[in-house]
Amino acid sequence: MWQIFHKLGSPKWFFGISTRFMPWLLVGGVLLLLAGAIWGLAFAPKDYLQGNSYRIIFIHVPAAFLAQSIYIMMASAAIVTLVWRMKLADMFVKAVAPVGLVLTFLALFTGAVWGKPTWGTWWIWDARLTSMLILLFLYGGVIALDRAITDDKSAARAVAVLVLVGVVNIPIIKYSVEWWNTLHQPATFKLTEKPSMPAEMWVPLLLSVLGLYLVFGWLACIRMQTEILSREQRTRWVKELVMKGKS
Amino acid sequence: MHPIRKKRLTIILFLLAGLTVAVALTTYALRQNINLFYDPSQISAGEAPSDVRIRAGGMVKEGSVVRDPDSLKVEFLVTDYSASVPVEYVGILPDLFAEGQGIVAMGRLNNEGRFVADQVLAKHDENYMPPEVSDALEKASKNQSKAAADSIKPAT
Repeated sequence: MWQIFHKLGSPKWFFGISTRFMPWLLVGGVLLLLAGAIWGLAFAPKDYLQGNSYRIIFIHVPAAFLAQSIYIMMASAAIVTLVWRMKLADMFVKAVAPVGLVLTFLALFTGAVWGKPTWGTWWIWDARLTSMLILLFLYGGVIALDRAITDDKSAARAVAVLVLVGVVNIPIIKYSVEWWNTLHQPATFKLTEKPSMPAEMWVPLLLSVLGLYLVFGWLACIRMQTEILSREQRTRWVKELVMKGKS
Repeated sequence: MHPIRKKRLTIILFLLAGLTVAVALTTYALRQNINLFYDPSQISAGEAPSDVRIRAGGMVKEGSVVRDPDSLKVEFLVTDYSASVPVEYVGILPDLFAEGQGIVAMGRLNNEGRFVADQVLAKHDENYMPPEVSDALEKASKNQSKAAADSIKPAT
């Protein structure tokens, strides 16, 4: 079992396998995103209270969901970096942190745009909004720390520790709306109950979330490949690959 | 697993557990400050300070909204269905403000226990539904309450 795990950590193996997966991830993701967006924006019924303005949910929720999900993936990779010193895990953290940053920003931005007409304010310092802002700063901190340390190995460890410390924020974001009084409403989707929204609304939402996951997978692969090529440029397999590309 | 790796993993897990406890204790200690608003029960129990800017949140009680015909002044009761607090506000209310809707008001509690708000925000819940469904639900609940009222009447 450990052998497979260590093979997973080989940049060369990952480069080969990801090249095969990537077109599927991109095509599937874009199709799902398009389907979710068109269905959600044009065909889903409007909400009884908020009318059409609730439709921003089809961007807001997938972005917020992925933003937290990516952080959990980064934290798992950080454990692998610290325990097994696997280069690929560190490359993953580096590759996806900017993606997480952008999605967190998107969630905050669409939330503000949504908050103005429904709540009556762009921003309020309630627990959900504030913990999400902390997530944005964590992503920024991870990127900055990584850039600040030039040595790859020490950067990897420092970044991994920061990512792990920040993971405490994730349950806080998730449960903030239950633990404290917040302006943000509690979750519409719970694991154990059926969603408090009809199927013609949650199905397009689910499609958008899945589509964004696949597009994220593609982004992660292509960014990791770039990182692999730049770090492994002195190895024989990369040189051969580049020669093959040139001829 | 290699013993060194096992040791590293144990250290990491211990650190994470310690960190979680620290953050849990901190947020528990700060819960008064993290709560965005006081609910009506807390206010009527005297837990909220008076003459300090605070937020009060709850549902706008049905039938309690009184609009001043000559100005933008509005008075209503905010309730959590166990206690109510009278709120007065001068200004434009958000679109979603309605009886039976959740709101968060920012302002001061005066000495008579009335809440003088300078900002009212609407809070919506996690339920989304098409307008037809909500109309149907409303009709059904009206019929039900009418039936209930009818059944109570003979007794009184």
